[in-house]
Amino acid sequence: MFESKAGILWVGGIGFFVIAFLSNGWVPMLMYQDLKEQTAEEVVNSRVLYQFEEISRRYPQTFKQYYGDVNEDTCAEALRLGRQLYIGEGCWHCHSQFVRPVSNESLRWGEVAATIEFQNELQRPVMFGTRRVGPDLSREGGRRSNDWHAVHFFQPKMLSPGSPMPAYPWFFDGGPDQPNKRGIAIMTYVQWLGSWLESYPYYEELKDSDSES
Amino acid sequence: MTTANKTSTVLTSDDLDHLVDQELVKGYFLAGLTFLTISMIAGILVALQLVHWNPLDGIEVLSPGRWRMIHTNAIAYGFLANVFLGMLHWVVPRLTLRPVASRPLSLFIFVAWQLIVFLTAAAIVIGPSLQAMPWVADLAKRTGLCMSLGAQGLEWGETPFWIDPIALLGLALVAVNFMVPIARARAPLYVTLWYFMAAFVWTFLTYAMGNLLPEYAVGGTSAGAIGGLFIHDLVGLFVTPLGWGMMYYFVPIMLKKPIWSHGLSLVGFWGLAFFYPLNGIHHFLYTPIPMFLQYGAVIATVAVELVVTTVIINFLGTLRGQGQQVITNLPIRYFYTGMIFYFITCFQCALQVTLTFQKLIHFTDWVVGHAHLVMFGVFSLWLFGVMTYLFPRVLHRPWYSTRLCEYHYWLSAAGVLVMALDLTMAGIFQGYYWASLQSWDVSVDGSQPFWVTRVFAGLCMFAGLLCFLYNLWMTYRVPQEVYETGPALQGSPA
Repeated sequence: MFESKAGILWVGGIGFFVIAFLSNGWVPMLMYQDLKEQTAEEVVNSRVLYQFEEISRRYPQTFKQYYGDVNEDTCAEALRLGRQLYIGEGCWHCHSQFVRPVSNESLRWGEVAATIEFQNELQRPVMFGTRRVGPDLSREGGRRSNDWHAVHFFQPKMLSPGSPMPAYPWFFDGGPDQPNKRGIAIMTYVQWLGSWLESYPYYEELKDSDSES
Repeated sequence: MTTANKTSTVLTSDDLDHLVDQELVKGYFLAGLTFLTISMIAGILVALQLVHWNPLDGIEVLSPGRWRMIHTNAIAYGFLANVFLGMLHWVVPRLTLRPVASRPLSLFIFVAWQLIVFLTAAAIVIGPSLQAMPWVADLAKRTGLCMSLGAQGLEWGETPFWIDPIALLGLALVAVNFMVPIARARAPLYVTLWYFMAAFVWTFLTYAMGNLLPEYAVGGTSAGAIGGLFIHDLVGLFVTPLGWGMMYYFVPIMLKKPIWSHGLSLVGFWGLAFFYPLNGIHHFLYTPIPMFLQYGAVIATVAVELVVTTVIINFLGTLRGQGQQVITNLPIRYFYTGMIFYFITCFQCALQVTLTFQKLIHFTDWVVGHAHLVMFGVFSLWLFGVMTYLFPRVLHRPWYSTRLCEYHYWLSAAGVLVMALDLTMAGIFQGYYWASLQSWDVSVDGSQPFWVTRVFAGLCMFAGLLCFLYNLWMTYRVPQEVYETGPALQGSPA
């Protein structure tokens, strides 16, 4: 078996792969099969709607042009597009979306991540992330105002001089006061993160008083 | 040729050369080097962004976020896959004494694979720009699909969803093309072919699992488990078996002696086959994935380290008595340097997957250093060794300059060593900055010296590549005396 073609093909190639898949992939799938996956419409809540409306009042012209009215459908549309941009622009390669139960992370970010938070359309594929150049974003919603985010996306160094984050001027029709369809979407998405938690918005207790930087 | 000598029919190296489509080997190598160049430029762009030296910040199609994905995907699918395919076209016919299933099919796969990699890159760069167009929303509504036109949200699997089926078809064709000669060869098979056979099956299954399941079948935490399996299996079941199979072929040929212990070869292969796929979840420790699965992955990872040790012992045993070849024979030096790096990465891996280490180093540059040590320090160095050995054979002329070959080696090996050490240290610092709850800026500012060092280490590796490309160009342009295949080749890149 150990040197035969059939052994290598069936036992090594397929057999061991299947064992690993069943034990490491299928088991969690079974464990969580009863948790219903929510759609983008279902995860729209009053807090993100409030932020969405705030955006509409702050940037009425571009908001009207790209989204029309504030309602759950347009908000879900913005969330979907926001998630697609979060993936397409590679945000998830520098920002994680899960808080670990170690290294004082729950003091810095808030509640430790739970399975239920990830059972929705906007976490397909799940945006755990593997690297933090910038901070974790899973509890970012509500911590900062929309105009802060607009300026920060336009040119991060204006607000965080030491930040290595790239600028995203293509999220705007000209200046930071005119976010376009993409800009409004990504801001809505970021404001949504963590909005389902009781601790929203979470402000960390840091040793350094300069926590807004 | 070990295998040729064992068969009753006497085969000359001419016969073997007829089995190999040398133009195709050359084509794959050149395509691979093209994508490696693109990938390294992308890497430098991102490295410059981190140290605030990126002069191109704010240009949409050059956004570092998008080019970061070009960097990793061009390495995995553009460089490693292409050069591996070239290597397979050289090795498989020689070991099986049979040509691949179909030469037109080989050519088709070559063209198709370049298109797949190029389209992936193009989609990653342009996709997000088109995402907000009204017609995309229309299309999404009509088809019920709501996916990113650009990258797919899976690390190493950013290949856009609409390319995945084509890539899977390509992988299936690759498997068929090489499995036919292997199936026709008389058993028992040589170690190299165990690894290759398994790799063809594993690569297809891994790609299908990772690119299809989290997108269409499962969401949330379970998708995280699948994603972990995918990240890991892509390295462990596609790159690793092809790499080790390659070592089991080229090392004995160049040292002109068999592998030290056949028993250890068996332990190495079956140990890898069993334990490697069980490691996936160790990429997501302390996530909401069930804890008992995390423990299982940690234990399997430590087991892999033990298996790897037996493989390294086997290759050191093979080298015994001919240690001077590491100095005099450049490809052998590439191979053994890669193996030492491999042992280091696997040792590092056995430590870093423990929950104790994870507290500190997860999410930090430690992991980035580890990834570079594996992908560049091991597999890229091995492929450089193979190309250094094979280019004179497919171009039918010696290298223009063996000194430039040496520069390539030293710049690449030293560059990646500095980068790995530098990022590993950066990771430890970052981990402590974060755990000590200082403001986030402190960790970013504290990383700057390491990131600056990384830029120069990367430029060093890139300079090595430029030496290699220049050397190749001059070898190609200045035809020297056409020389015979066979014994005369021993004089080539020393």
